[in-house]
This record gives sequence, C-alpha cells and structure tokens, in this order.
Amino acid sequence: MIEVKKLVKRFGMKTVLRGVDFRVERGEFVALLGPNGAGKTTFLRILSSLARPSLGEVKVAGYHLPHQAAQVRARLGVVSHMPLLYGDLTAQENLEFYARMYGITNYQLRITEVLELVGLEARRRDLIRTFSRGMAQRLAIGRAVLHDPEVILFDEPYTGLDQDASSMLDEVLKSVAAQGRTVVMTSHDLARAEDLATRFDILTRGVIAASTSRGSLGRYGLLKYYKETLAG
Amino acid sequence: MPTTSHPSFIHATLAVVRKDLTAEFRSRELLSAMLVFSLLVILIFNFALELNVKERQSVTAGVLWTTFAFAGTLGLNRSMAVEKDRGCLDGLLLAPVDRAAIYFGKVISNLAFMFMVEAFVLPIYAALYNVNLFHPGLLLVILLGSIGYTTVGTLLASMTVQARTRDVLLPILLFPVAIPVLLSAVKASTGFLNGADMAEIWPPLNLLIVYDLIFTAVAFMVFDNVVEE
Repeated sequence: MIEVKKLVKRFGMKTVLRGVDFRVERGEFVALLGPNGAGKTTFLRILSSLARPSLGEVKVAGYHLPHQAAQVRARLGVVSHMPLLYGDLTAQENLEFYARMYGITNYQLRITEVLELVGLEARRRDLIRTFSRGMAQRLAIGRAVLHDPEVILFDEPYTGLDQDASSMLDEVLKSVAAQGRTVVMTSHDLARAEDLATRFDILTRGVIAASTSRGSLGRYGLLKYYKETLAG
Repeated sequence: MPTTSHPSFIHATLAVVRKDLTAEFRSRELLSAMLVFSLLVILIFNFALELNVKERQSVTAGVLWTTFAFAGTLGLNRSMAVEKDRGCLDGLLLAPVDRAAIYFGKVISNLAFMFMVEAFVLPIYAALYNVNLFHPGLLLVILLGSIGYTTVGTLLASMTVQARTRDVLLPILLFPVAIPVLLSAVKASTGFLNGADMAEIWPPLNLLIVYDLIFTAVAFMVFDNVVEE
C-alpha cells in the first residue's frame, strides 16, 4: 500500500531524510517512532504530497508521488497535531466544505455517520472555536475519514491532549483502524503506540534504523527496543 | 459509505469562496479591519490636505488607490493567515483538486472583500470631498485594478504566509510588483474623472488588462510550486 525507496529530502544545505526505505502492507498499522528532529513529520508530509521528495521513489496506494498526487490525495486521510478545521465554521459546515472538496455526493448522510463515529453528533451546529482541543482533534479524525480513505496518516495526534481526551481519541483511532485501513502514525507516546500498532519502525538521523512487529517485541516491550535502537 | 466523484475545478473554487464568505460574515474580522482602516485613510487625507475644489479633483484617484491598496494588503494578509493558523492551508492542499482551483477560490473571495470596501469608500469619499465618482469608466478601472491587485496579492500572500514575518513581508513584496497596476489605475481613473480624451485613457487601461491576464496566467502556472515544500 505504501512503498518508499531510497527517499532523500533536503531543505537547502540540510538533509533531513537520507535514503529512507519503508514499506507498509494493506491493513497494517505502523507506528513511526523517533526522537525530535528525526524527520518523521517531513516523511509524513512527503507521503501526503505536501512536500516533494528531493530523490527517491514514493508510491502510495499504487500511485507515484509527486506525479500522481491528486490520485494519492483522493485515497489518503491526514490527521496532524493541528485540527485543519476553521474556527468560525460549525462542525457541520467544516465537514460540508471538505465533502465538497473531496467530491462526496451523498455528504449529508456521510457527515452524520462520521459525527456519530467520533461522538460529536450533538455538537454538529457548534462553532469549532468553542470546541476543546480533544473535541477538535476527534472532529479532525472525522474530517480525515470523511471520504473513506484507504490510507490514514496520523502525525502526533495526541499532542496537547489531556488524559481523558487521549483515552477518547484511542477509541476513535481503534475504530478507524478496525475498518481495514492502512495506518501510519508518528508518536512520542510509546505506550499508546504499543497498544495500537501492529508494527514499529524507528526513524533516527534520517533513516529507518529498526523495524519490528508486535509479536517480535519480546517481554521487555517497545520501550526497551526503542532505547536500544537509539543507543546503538 | 460515501459516494465520491472527482470534484470539478468550478465546484472546488466555489466551495472555497463559500467557505471564506461564510466564515467572514460570521466573524467580520477581516472586513471590519479593512473598512475602519479605509475610513481612517480618507479622513486623514481629507483633513491633512485641505484642498480647494479643483485640487480635490486632481488628487482623487491617488487617494482612492492608496486607500484600496493599503486596505487590500490588510485583507490579503488576514485571509491567508486564517488558512495558516489552524493548519487549514494543509487541509486545502490535501484535497484531491487542482490546486489552481484553491488559488482562484481565494482570489474571488479576496476580490469580493475588496469590492465591499470599495463600495463603502466611494460614497463616503464622494460626500467628504464633494466629488462625483459615479462614472462608469471609473468603475471599470476599479474593477480591472482590483482584479490585478488581488491576483498578484493572493499569490504573494500564499508565499509570505509561510514566513514568521508575513505581516511585514507581504507589502514589501507586493507594492513593487503592483506598481504597474497602481500607476495605470491612477492614470486611467484621473483620465475618466477629468473627462480626458479616450486616446489618453486607453494606454493605462490596456496595461491594466494585460497585467490582469499575465498575472492570472502566471499564478495558474506557479501556485502549485509556491505552496508545496
């Protein structure tokens, strides 16, 4: 579903990604971990066609980036730590706008489905600027799955959420992933990543330094694996 | 499950316009700033210049276009800042539409705000300076000048919005590029207001039309590269 070969990304003289190889099969939930500045966000921005690769090959859902970006975007949902929602529009209006931008024809029905999925049906007529951070983030997930994408990218979705909001987001994330979608999530929250993902890749110094599945983690879990990878 | 069809260029453009207008009519942040600012500019000119009737006629075009340009810059900055603040620009760019449709949507909404400011300024200016501004030729110049200014302004605003110093950067970049449109607009407006011969008005008017066409084409070609990292 996602295939990346020898990806390099440079910003002027600075090389952020130095030959990343990455592959995700359909239905996999991959947690992309790594320290700050490792290039996780840049990597997701390239996968989502918001940034161009300097070198290398990127294929998402069978389409090449950046040449077939529109086809990729139609099959992709993105949730970042920013909600990508307009504060002066209601939840309903925000979703209607994105539905039009994605060419969804039966959008009233779909918006109701999505609002029920993220538990915000009762707040559909409220302005986003009155939402808490957790509610806005749940609606951001609703926005990302509105067009029923095959692939979803989560970039630090838990940033700025309190414990209750994070737990609620866990449930929404699990239900989104349970629908057979391919998910890539970056996170600094190892416990949450371990709970949700089926595979763990560690990106450090611009390359994927290690990759393991949930079954191969061993009894010490993700934290030990992560520390050993970064130390080595 | 949703039924999707590829969104057309026009549908995507209209969706952006509708979204911008709905958000603005609700918050009135951008329009109120533009309107108050324009009112202050024409009042300051009115009291600072202390002109007689004949002199008023000769400075009208200059004062009007200075007001439109400054108020327009305020609006252009704010309209792109709204997209950047909650990461909404990324949301727009992630949609599977031709990115030029997003650009034209923003141009149309910015143009709508500029027209609203102009519709507000013209009668107030006419009353304060005792000048008749309701000349079809002048309205045509305002239309063409506003299109040119907004076309290039929206493109530059989408570049500067990425920068921390965007509020300062936009006028610094925009005014030099917009000099041809502002000078032609002032010249053509003065011509119509003074009842000059059409042979004198056609050159700046033609320059305005050519400027509008060139910058619309340039923006269509480069917008995708401007917004992508």
